[in-house]
Amino acid sequence: MNFRLLRYGLWAVIAVLSLFLVFTYANTRFGTKAEGAQLGAPFNLTDQNGAPITEAAFSGHPSVLFFGFTHCPEVCPTTLFEMAGWLKTLGDDGKDLRVFFISVDPERDTPEVMKGYTAAFTDRITGITGNPDEVEKLLKSWKIYAKKVATENGDYTMDHTASVMLLDRDGRLKSTIDYKESPDVALKKLRLLIAG
Amino acid sequence: MRSFSRIAALALLVASVSFAAEAHDHSAMMKSDASVMSDDDMMEPVKAGDLVLSGAFTRATLPGAKVGGGYVKITNQSMEPDRLIGGSSSVAARVEVHEMKMDGNVMQMRRLKDGLEVPAGGTAELSPGGTHLMLINLTAPLKQGDMVPVTLEFAKAGKVELQFMVGPANATSMEHN
Repeated sequence: MNFRLLRYGLWAVIAVLSLFLVFTYANTRFGTKAEGAQLGAPFNLTDQNGAPITEAAFSGHPSVLFFGFTHCPEVCPTTLFEMAGWLKTLGDDGKDLRVFFISVDPERDTPEVMKGYTAAFTDRITGITGNPDEVEKLLKSWKIYAKKVATENGDYTMDHTASVMLLDRDGRLKSTIDYKESPDVALKKLRLLIAG
Repeated sequence: MRSFSRIAALALLVASVSFAAEAHDHSAMMKSDASVMSDDDMMEPVKAGDLVLSGAFTRATLPGAKVGGGYVKITNQSMEPDRLIGGSSSVAARVEVHEMKMDGNVMQMRRLKDGLEVPAGGTAELSPGGTHLMLINLTAPLKQGDMVPVTLEFAKAGKVELQFMVGPANATSMEHN
C-alpha cells in the first residue's frame, strides 16, 4: 500500500517535471521569436541632406539597412560597392527599394560627410546620422553591436555588426545579408524582399 | 516569299538577341576588370636583402575617408623568419599593421602590436579583408593612378622603401583572376 503511494507520488513528480520542461522549451523557442518581431523603435535623426528622419522612413516600401562609418577602411566600402552593384542589377525591379546607411560613428559622420561618402557609391543610398544618444537608441533597438576601439593619438576605430538588414514594407526584419555573402544569394534575398 | 520574310525576321531576331547577349557579357567583363588592375600597372618586385615585395597597391579614398589600406605580398627567401613591424609614409601621419577579422557578424579591426611574421622560405600577404597596412590620417585623398611612397620596417631586413600604386576605390587585387 505504501509502495503504491510512493509509485503514484513519483509518477506525479515526473509529470510535473515534464510539464515544466515543455513549458520552458516552448518559452525559449517561441519567446525569442516574438522578441525578434519587436526589433526597431521610434527615432529622431538627421538624413544626409540635414532633414529630419524618423522610423516612418522604413515603412511603405522594402528597406535595406546597413550600419557602418565613413572612416571604415574595409567592410563598409566593400558592402556599399556591392550594394550599388545589386541595385544596378535589379534595375527597375528594385525601384521601390530604399537603402539606408546608418552611422555608428555620429561624432565624426556629420550629414555633409555622409552625403559626400554615400554619393561615391550610388545616388540610391540615404545616410542617417545625428545625436549620438539617439543613434545609440536606434542601434540598440536593431540589436546592432558597435563599440569604439581606441588607437594611438586619441584616435579610434569601430567594431560593428556588418550584416545588411532587409525590412519588409511594414518595417519588420525579413532577412539579412551577411558580409561576403555570394552575389547570387544576396540578389535572391533582395528579390524575395521586393516580391513579399 | 512569305516564308522567306519569316525566316529573315527570325534570323534578324536571333542576331539581335545574340548581339545583346554579347554586349551584356562585355559590360560584365569591363565591370570586373575595373576592380582588378592590369599587368601593365604592376610594379617590378622590390628586393631588399632576402625579401621580395611585389604587387603593392592601395585604393583611391572615398570622399571624407581619412584612412587607406595598403596591400603587398612579401616573400622571404632566407632560412630565417623576419617580421614586418611597421612603416611610415609622407602621405599619412602613421602606417600600422592591422588585422581585420569577423567575430560572427561583427567586424573587428586591431593593430598587430608585434607586427606580422614573414616565415622562413615563405610568404606573408597583406590583402583586403585580412591583415593589411593602415595609412592613418592621410594628408590628402589618394587618387587613382597616383603612386604612394611607403617605407616598411622589418625586424631583420630593416627599412624598405617602395611605391604603392593607387587603384580604383574597389580594387581587390593587382592580379588577374
